[in-house]
Amino acid sequence: MTTLDGNLQTERKGPLSRLSAALEAGAGSLFAWLMNTLEILVRPIERWLGMERIGYFFILPNLLIFGVFVLFPMLLNFYISFTSGTEIYPQHRNFVGFGNYEFLFDCENVFEPNSCNEDLFWRGVFNTIFFVVVQVSGMVAVSLVTALVLNGKIRARGFFRSVFFYPVLLSPVVVALVWKWILQRDGVLNSILIALGGDRVQFLVNADWATLWVIVISIWALMGFYTLILLAGLQAIPGELYEAGQIDGTGRWQSFRFITMPLLMPTMFVVLVLSLIRAVQVFDQVYALTGGGPGTTTHFIVQYIYTVGFSNTIKRFGLAAAASVLLGATLLVLTLLQLRAVRSNESGGVRHEHRDPPSFTKHLHPDARPHALASDGPAVLFVVALRHGRHVRAGDLGLDVFFQDPGGVD
Amino acid sequence: MRKITIAAILATLMLALSLPGLAQDVVELRMTWYTDGNEDEVMRDLLDRFEMENSDIRVVMDNVPYQAGILEALPVQLAAGEGPDMARVTNLGGLAEFYLDLTPHLSDPDYWLDSFGGTLGWLRQAGQMEGIHGFPTQLTITGPIINRTLFEQAGVAVPSDASDQVTWEEWAAAANEVADILEIPFPMAMDRSGHRFAGPAISMGAKYFDDEGHPLVAGDEGFRAMAELFVNWHNEGTMPLEIWAANTGYAGANEEFGNSQVVFYMSGSWQVGQFTDQIGDAFDWQVVPNPCGPGGCTGMPGGASLVAISDTEHPAEVARVMEYLAREDILGEFSARTLFIPAHRGLATSGVDFDTDLELAKAALGVFTAQVGTLEQTAFDLQGYPFNFLVFNAARDRLTQAIVGELTLDEAIERIQEDVDEQLAEQMGG
Repeated sequence: MTTLDGNLQTERKGPLSRLSAALEAGAGSLFAWLMNTLEILVRPIERWLGMERIGYFFILPNLLIFGVFVLFPMLLNFYISFTSGTEIYPQHRNFVGFGNYEFLFDCENVFEPNSCNEDLFWRGVFNTIFFVVVQVSGMVAVSLVTALVLNGKIRARGFFRSVFFYPVLLSPVVVALVWKWILQRDGVLNSILIALGGDRVQFLVNADWATLWVIVISIWALMGFYTLILLAGLQAIPGELYEAGQIDGTGRWQSFRFITMPLLMPTMFVVLVLSLIRAVQVFDQVYALTGGGPGTTTHFIVQYIYTVGFSNTIKRFGLAAAASVLLGATLLVLTLLQLRAVRSNESGGVRHEHRDPPSFTKHLHPDARPHALASDGPAVLFVVALRHGRHVRAGDLGLDVFFQDPGGVD
Repeated sequence: MRKITIAAILATLMLALSLPGLAQDVVELRMTWYTDGNEDEVMRDLLDRFEMENSDIRVVMDNVPYQAGILEALPVQLAAGEGPDMARVTNLGGLAEFYLDLTPHLSDPDYWLDSFGGTLGWLRQAGQMEGIHGFPTQLTITGPIINRTLFEQAGVAVPSDASDQVTWEEWAAAANEVADILEIPFPMAMDRSGHRFAGPAISMGAKYFDDEGHPLVAGDEGFRAMAELFVNWHNEGTMPLEIWAANTGYAGANEEFGNSQVVFYMSGSWQVGQFTDQIGDAFDWQVVPNPCGPGGCTGMPGGASLVAISDTEHPAEVARVMEYLAREDILGEFSARTLFIPAHRGLATSGVDFDTDLELAKAALGVFTAQVGTLEQTAFDLQGYPFNFLVFNAARDRLTQAIVGELTLDEAIERIQEDVDEQLAEQMGG
């Protein structure tokens, strides 16, 4: 029997129960043995380093991996952005100072890509900005509406919660290929249109349609995750506030405007930060769906970096590195601005201090839990931790609201 | 009994110890390969026979996708010194700096010089006059393939039946007529490739180079004339936007042609094998001579070559594999089974008995082979230019922007020139 707080309470009877107890005892002994062994190994190191510094020893393996696979490539990329030529190894490349950056910014009018030396970079920049503004706005709005609907008392609520989350589990390339099958010239959608007596529409060849579908599909593919976060935020709002509001005669709109929205705002900021960062990085799904076309209509900044650095006949690693440094700097600024907004929002008094942080993963469906934590989980933990100003354990985050229907919490 | 047991254990130990030694005697070579039709199966079969005759060499074929594996990943692998021992490439001169000169390892270099002639020069770096780095697995010729059945059903005469000198405009008019009558969606289609565009452009008078041999399309009236026709065909619906506008990198229209959605398809000789398998005689597909313009009636030569990579640790073994595969009888069998036109003087003289009963395929190969004599010198010069892929890809991508209206035609041509100049400068060190 599973309770709301997630503890498993069972009454064990019979041989199966005894076997289960024996296994549990065995596992406990093994764990104790492992811990004792570890203590024997760690104790001398602790004596050598001292209690204050032993923490560095424990984070060292992770730090090494971070250093080798993240920090070092980042620094290398930064250096390569100041070099030119087609050589791969840095020591063989020509140092050109800010040459690549000057080349990228060589424009008569930055708002007119055709006047720029590297017009494709600026097309990528403006396409990305447009995509981010429309997609993030749409993502937040659609996720919010979906979360509100799923938070209400509707039939088959658990089923719909799973249905909306399912696309998140799919690979972006799979999503793109499925939608391509639907939208292409002889695709499913055109077949339906023709069967209904309509005309064929060039969904992926017409610039406006292609842009619209790229945005719609990216929202469809990811909204489940953001809905899930908002749903957790909604369920963290105490029911007593709504009851008090009802006593004071508030209508549904007033409840939403004056209770739900202010208390949900911190969670909305989390969604905004995550969706913004992800939108700026858009590439794989769109590349598989439209290839950046028609023309360069859906050619985004990450595709520019990929094309210049890896796809063109002559690989211009320096130019690609410079563009990626600019993209990284933009992401950093955006993230800092958002986090600052989150903090100022908290100091404005909209946080709901009387509740623990929303529990996101405690009762999460076993199939979805690893994905949620492996992909955006750390980011969620990070942002939530910053918002609440204290450590947050993964176990504190309960995605159960999405997958289970415990009842009585609405 | 005890002695027998000990002897058995010792024998097993000795065998186990000697196995790595035996394994070390077998040299493993890696060959990066891509396939358009059945050539991966044929090559594997030939390599199996080679391995039976040469038990000290094992060749592992890495069959990769053309765009991602050959055009994108292979150059990076080679630049990093992590490439295979041999590779099948189409950017022949562009990767020349990574090729191994097989000459010192070959038992009879003169055979190679006599048999492959000028095509060996396509594998050399700019200014390099000597060196044998590989051999062409096939010679390709670009040219149009028509769906003759559609012409017959529409009652429209095939223009090339009456004359060998049919212009591009005449073909476009005929294809449009057929498409209108039968409601075929795409009158004409061309692979999304600057190489495919080059033949028609040269036919319209494109020169592609200035007097110093530097690639030049800005101000090239012939190039502009074909580009204008090409963009207009897309805007008028003669050519489908689906191939050029809605793709990145290379894209073929072979599936659309196979589904009878295209009347006139500009592609090349490598499609014959695939069409033989996939279309067969479901409808009459026919190769017709390249259309004409003020500059001639030319397609583009080309092809794929199997090259040796200079980073190999086993150059002598690589040379043995290459010598086997370049033998006249072996290459003849490869060509016959894959329906590829061989770029081998001896085979060109003796002819190849192509392994097909399909008369359509035999006729197609005959027309493509006959086209070799009509190719313009500019086409050979462009194919031999080591950085021709720069020109091809820049033309492909910028003309796409002109098709969708992001650039005017003149802006697109200007951008092609800038892209080529900038990337050449980068190649020279920035």
